[in-house]
Amino acid sequence: MRVMAQMAMVMNLDKCIGCHTCSVTCKQAWTNRTGTEYVWFNNVETRPGQGYPRRYEDQEEWKGGWTLNKRGRLELKAGGRLRKLLTIFSNPKMPSISDYYEPWTYDYATLTDAPAQEHTPVARPKSLLSGEDMKIEWSSNWDDDLGGSAATEKHDPMLRKIADKVKLEFEQTFMFYLPRICEHCLNPSCAASCPSGAIYKRSEDGIVLVDQDRCRGWRMCISGCPYKKVYFNHRTGKAEKCTFCFPRVEVGLPTVCSETCVGRLRYIGLMLYDADKVLEAASTPDEHDLYEAQRDVFLDPDDPDVQREAEKAGIPRDWVQAAQRSPVYALINRFKIALPLHPEYRTMPMVWYVPPLSPVVDVVKDTGEDAEDQGNLFAAIDALRIPVEYLAELFTAGDVAPVDGVLKKLAAMRSYMRDINMGRDPNGAIPQAVAMSEEEMYDMYRLLAIAKYDERY
Amino acid sequence: MDGELTEALVRTRRFFTRSRVSDDLRTLHKVGGREADSFYRDRWSHDRVVRSTHGVNCTGSCSWKVYVKDGIITWETQQTDYPSVGPDKPEYEPRGCPRGAAFSWYTYSPTRVRYPYVRGVLLTMFREAKAQHGGDPVKAWAHIVDHPQRAKAYKSARGKGGLVRATWDESTEMIAAAYVHTIQKWGPDRVAGFSPIPAMSMVSHASGARFTSLVGGSMLSFYDWYADLPVASPQVFGDQTDVPESGDWWDAGYLVMWGSNVPVTRTPDAHWMTEARYRGQKVVVVSPDYADNVKFADDWLAIAPGTDGALAMAMGHVVLKEFFVDRQTPYFVDYTKRYTDLPYLVALEPAGDAHRPAKFLTAADLPEHAAEENAHFKTVLVDARTGDLAVPNGALGHRFGDAGAGRWNLDLGDVDPRLTLLEPGAETVSVELPRFDDVDGTARALTRDVPVRRVGDRLVTTVFDLMLAQYGVGRDGLGGGYATSYDDVEAPYTPAWQEAITGVPAAAAARVARELAQNAEESKGRSMILMGAGTNHWFHSDTIYRAFLALTTLTGCQGVNGGGWAHYVGQEKCRPVTGWAQLAFGLDWARPPRQMIQTAYWYLHTDQFRYDTFSADATAAATGSGAFAGLSTADVIAKSARMGWMPSYPTFDRNPLDLADEAAQAGRPVAEHVVDQLQSGDLRFAAEDPDAPENVPRVLAIWRANLLGSSGKGNEYFLKHLLGTESSLRAVEADEDQRPREVEWHDDAPEGKLDLLLTLDFRQTSTTLFSDVVLPAATWYEKHDLNTTDMHPYIHSFNPAIAPPWQTRTDWDAWQTIASKFSELAAGRLDIRKDVVAVPLLHDTPDAMANPHGVVRDWKLGECDPVPGVTMPKIVEVERDYTAVGAQMGALGPLLEQLGTTTKGVTYDVARAVEYLRGKNGPIRGGPADGRPSLVEDIHACEAVLALSGTTNGHLATQGFKTLEKRTGTPLHDLAAEHEGKQITFADTVAAPVPVITSPEWSGSETGGRRYSPFTINVERLKPWHTLTGRQHFYLDHDWMTELGEALPVYRPPLNMGALFAEPEIGSTGELGVTVRYLTPHNKWSIHSEYQDNLFMLSLSRGGQTIWMSDRDAAKVGVEDNDWIEAVNRNGVVVARAIVSHRMPEGTVYMHHAQDRLIDVPIAETSGQRGGIHNSLTRILVKPTHLIGGYAQLAFAFNYLGPTGNQRDEVTVIRRRSQDVEY
Repeated sequence: MRVMAQMAMVMNLDKCIGCHTCSVTCKQAWTNRTGTEYVWFNNVETRPGQGYPRRYEDQEEWKGGWTLNKRGRLELKAGGRLRKLLTIFSNPKMPSISDYYEPWTYDYATLTDAPAQEHTPVARPKSLLSGEDMKIEWSSNWDDDLGGSAATEKHDPMLRKIADKVKLEFEQTFMFYLPRICEHCLNPSCAASCPSGAIYKRSEDGIVLVDQDRCRGWRMCISGCPYKKVYFNHRTGKAEKCTFCFPRVEVGLPTVCSETCVGRLRYIGLMLYDADKVLEAASTPDEHDLYEAQRDVFLDPDDPDVQREAEKAGIPRDWVQAAQRSPVYALINRFKIALPLHPEYRTMPMVWYVPPLSPVVDVVKDTGEDAEDQGNLFAAIDALRIPVEYLAELFTAGDVAPVDGVLKKLAAMRSYMRDINMGRDPNGAIPQAVAMSEEEMYDMYRLLAIAKYDERY
Repeated sequence: MDGELTEALVRTRRFFTRSRVSDDLRTLHKVGGREADSFYRDRWSHDRVVRSTHGVNCTGSCSWKVYVKDGIITWETQQTDYPSVGPDKPEYEPRGCPRGAAFSWYTYSPTRVRYPYVRGVLLTMFREAKAQHGGDPVKAWAHIVDHPQRAKAYKSARGKGGLVRATWDESTEMIAAAYVHTIQKWGPDRVAGFSPIPAMSMVSHASGARFTSLVGGSMLSFYDWYADLPVASPQVFGDQTDVPESGDWWDAGYLVMWGSNVPVTRTPDAHWMTEARYRGQKVVVVSPDYADNVKFADDWLAIAPGTDGALAMAMGHVVLKEFFVDRQTPYFVDYTKRYTDLPYLVALEPAGDAHRPAKFLTAADLPEHAAEENAHFKTVLVDARTGDLAVPNGALGHRFGDAGAGRWNLDLGDVDPRLTLLEPGAETVSVELPRFDDVDGTARALTRDVPVRRVGDRLVTTVFDLMLAQYGVGRDGLGGGYATSYDDVEAPYTPAWQEAITGVPAAAAARVARELAQNAEESKGRSMILMGAGTNHWFHSDTIYRAFLALTTLTGCQGVNGGGWAHYVGQEKCRPVTGWAQLAFGLDWARPPRQMIQTAYWYLHTDQFRYDTFSADATAAATGSGAFAGLSTADVIAKSARMGWMPSYPTFDRNPLDLADEAAQAGRPVAEHVVDQLQSGDLRFAAEDPDAPENVPRVLAIWRANLLGSSGKGNEYFLKHLLGTESSLRAVEADEDQRPREVEWHDDAPEGKLDLLLTLDFRQTSTTLFSDVVLPAATWYEKHDLNTTDMHPYIHSFNPAIAPPWQTRTDWDAWQTIASKFSELAAGRLDIRKDVVAVPLLHDTPDAMANPHGVVRDWKLGECDPVPGVTMPKIVEVERDYTAVGAQMGALGPLLEQLGTTTKGVTYDVARAVEYLRGKNGPIRGGPADGRPSLVEDIHACEAVLALSGTTNGHLATQGFKTLEKRTGTPLHDLAAEHEGKQITFADTVAAPVPVITSPEWSGSETGGRRYSPFTINVERLKPWHTLTGRQHFYLDHDWMTELGEALPVYRPPLNMGALFAEPEIGSTGELGVTVRYLTPHNKWSIHSEYQDNLFMLSLSRGGQTIWMSDRDAAKVGVEDNDWIEAVNRNGVVVARAIVSHRMPEGTVYMHHAQDRLIDVPIAETSGQRGGIHNSLTRILVKPTHLIGGYAQLAFAFNYLGPTGNQRDEVTVIRRRSQDVEY
């Protein structure tokens, strides 16, 4: 056992309102400068939707992340690292600026400076790359609030896989939001892709950073990252990425995106894991088993053996205590309601998500009568508008069972708490049905609902 | 891993790095040597963090950390230091949204207004004229504006570029000259000021409002104008709007979000909703589209736009049937007996074979009570224990006068109110009731039997019996016309009936109604309806809201934490309302101020009335008397003005300063003089001839607002008639037979009425670009101010992160500059003058008893005599020292000690607070304000607001409750006792947001740290509502309410624009495109027009004006996503890009609100002009019942009651245009 510590995040998508405050505060703090106009370390995607850069999840096209070769060994999907070194001068697998978007501004000064003229002055869009007039045709958030679009449906790699489950029609509309930052993976394919060795994982907290002095701008990291969360600064010619706000984290502040999240849906915490088990877990043959495999890599901070090993590894006692208090640990391993994003990329991502509930699907056209028992006003989760298959494509490599399990826990918590809310006797059979104790369910409720500042971070 | 050769090669990497490469070679960890990180560390570093917020038009009231490095504002993140709401609830941190997070962009952006600007052509003329007139700026101004060609030259150039830099001296001299000339020649009421939403920056709002009020100008209302004022609130509650803080959503067991898209429009508060679900709250969303909040719902009822009233009425049918008739739910019955007008008696009048509900029975109708004080305003019910009539405490008649002292309360004593008169053998009669449920809203009638009783020679029944008749809920023993079952599609208001109208399945409607009521019964009132603009911006929104309020009131949810209505659009509670009001309206120096209803103002002054092609009785009921027949809406406005119901400025067709001089010369009291002149016809109300040159507004000042790029409904009418510049107006004027009967018609409509449009802003908007003078304002990160909201219970501050840069000034500073210049120029021209102010009959005063039974009496028609304060406005003489206005601006005046302050009928003695302020702020030395407490600095103004309000001064809160106790006879002052010694100071609000104190200024209680919910003081302390009965009203017996068929809750469909204005029918597709319902909901990427020009928001949205349409409509006219389209109707033209989505329902488009024409708007093919704003396709439509005044809760107060600037009934034609656009 080799204990290492990792800063990790969980986002509860069931609370995300899609407001993009996280994106704006992050961009203001980190990337509103020349060379990074198009860069959003934090972005929020409306799902269904193509994301940013568009269709980044289509690894058949982009070849990001890892795959198992014929011998069952882990290799970069873009090919072995030798090939990387050989194709270093012509990286073929990189999104172009049109896949991100052409950043723009406006000639605002015209509004003030316009001479007497026939028409009201107007500010026209100008490309921030060329300075020329332009028609705005794509952006980092073009899909916003669409819930999928006929214009782009056929290009959506997620919808393609479950085309029979999703019809983009008014009566069946569903949508939710997916905020994304760098995953600060346990098995980062960006770092493995870098010919210069410029990407490193901080030993004390696992934050993945680009060494700005060593980066030579080969951009293999951009190809290698399946989440497309490494960006190329076209002014400095170097790669940049989310830093997990390490200058803040180091002084005990949460990341900008977390602290400014008005949905209060982000949790930050420390995870202890066994570094010796990462490769084996990432090499798990069946994609469906990757979620459990990654959970097995995490160590129980209350386990005396783990504490002993942590001490040996030089991890300070207060870090172990932080891991014990970690809301992230509770959501991932105790309540088991957080899931990794695209575990099939085999990077062992460390930003996890609680999947969202949604309204029932039949009310628009049918009678609206449902066969619930009297006291419980909530519908069964198999009637929800968001197809569980869609969520499974995101979080469990298509395995619906774990997603189903999480949604059942959330629904059970609401039923259980309703009795308490209405002053009735709580019904212990409800948590029992999802294999939880009443105390566990109540603790989970507090962590999800009340979630005070110092309980979230 | 990969293979042996690769591994060997990769392994070499270890020798070139200080990092530790993992044994399996996947990754490397780096220890030490972190110099490469320095860029990010440096980027994060900053010199200081300053607390501030954003000062207008957003209810968020979020406290922010503004970061400063090297004297430059870098960015902002949210504060997280709100005092805790308790261990078992979520907190308010972090409040904010992406718009607010992008604010600092404005500080240094190229759209920042850095210097004063004047339109070049005007400035040149002014300089020339000044030279011609010996340097006299006032004569120079007159030289330009009184000369038609010169005036036209600069007015027709408005909005077409050509702004040039000027100095503060020169521009404020021109402004001051315009004010002096206008007041002298036309009168002070020809000057107006517009700035909305004081709660969000009280001092900035008060700055120009104080100047406008001190000179006698009219401050324009905003809440009604924005259509955010829910007229149902004054109607039902007698209160402007009072709602729960968002933390109280947590307390609800059942939440319906109805027309309020919480994640978008209440971004900082939305988490309370998402979190309350985990507590077992059920959430239902009613919305035409799959809106952002639908994601969080358990059920989504996809309703046809504007038909919400039908669903709510059907839900009311279910609640009444299942919880009042089939089973008498004890909690509901008890609540409605105590706190509603349901048991009160209403007289029935014969109408053909049937009867019609008429007026409330009052003590004046009972011989044994008729002689009592205010007998016409004491309502009557039947005591179930004795069967006798009773006159309970708490009616309006108990609120005023000596006899009512100690009796204005809801204590029923021994009386047990009877809800129904139905009993075995009860007499019944058939009543005729209005219905409008045809698609086109045609007025029809139906009859239903009700039980009656005889009182003297009258037949009476209860409001409850009428409610059951109206809702169609039959009972055993009652015949005649009731719905046969929930499946009865013909009978209003069954679930099946509503399905045909709303598209919501009947069973779903019934189920949601049942669940809401069951939850309320079990939880004792914890069912909440969260409502907003989606249901409040319609012409008939008051009926929609009354149907909502019927649900929350019948189920005993009002005045209960976690229950009742939660209306969130535009109200933005100014918690320290009393202090702000003294400053803003100059009440410390002169009273009363002029306060005008903005909707009617622009309806007349932008000449929209000339384009009304229908009569005011177009919306009347079949059960009405024809009172509006032949009258136009303008006629009704003039009528309301002369009867003193609504304010009307300019008031008379003469300068009110001259009117005062005339009275003085005649040696008569001014009121007598005015009455004589009116009766002789020598003096007329300006509203009776709004296009006459002497009756138009001449000077308009706008700050903290964007009238021409945002709120101006009928934008093209503004451009044409008010400003006199190019417009895209396509409507034709009314034919001769459709024109006003009493209001004068001028064959040539004036264009360019306004002489001076002045705007203060920090960014360019349509309003600045069309202005004659633009002054550069400090931003919200550059000044001191105060901020509150109804969304949370704290008060917090603005503080300058940097000093105002370039030549910008704070609003407080700028208006003092203008005022000083004004006083300088007024010397020798205006000096000290008497002003005649016409004051409407006011709410929360004995004026509310001017019209017994709400009977219309028009003195002009000889129906009564003109009696000021009774049948016409009060006529008050006010002395104004125009040379002292500059000094008065910067000092707290003496009327505070002499007259005290009054809010909602409670008068406070503030002598102690004034003395405190003299010490705190320091006294003024010398001049007209010698010795008075200083208001020179913005912090002084903040301290004054805090010291003069009960919510921030515990001593005043306690005193106010003690005063109120004398009237109610019930204990109240303990509510504020815990904070009696607390005086919140500005420094407190700088340190952290501070919770406010429970005060009689509001209806709810924060005492003991509880969440604020409105009317908890009414329910728990038996304090009456400010209504006729003192209870919540289902029934409104005013003549005009009856005329429109709205005495009871009723369903009215959206206006039929085909019938009223000959627009094509919705859904029709022709050569010009597809006709659709045109809605303007609030925008995800802006707060009104602010932020829609902000590069961050533009980058996250589509980067310019957009219209959302359904894939089905788009297919009809060949439109694809991001195509350029044009939207055209009679009011104007919009050019935008389409967002095509299956999320939108067929037949409806959304052009999100307040998309100004400044960003990426091409020339329209249709007009050859720059494309318009969202309001280029709308116009003002005034509902006559909103003009009622002088009767109980239907009496005017500023932003309390007035016609709304509704805009959702509109339609437009959409077509694909050439994709080659020109600018």
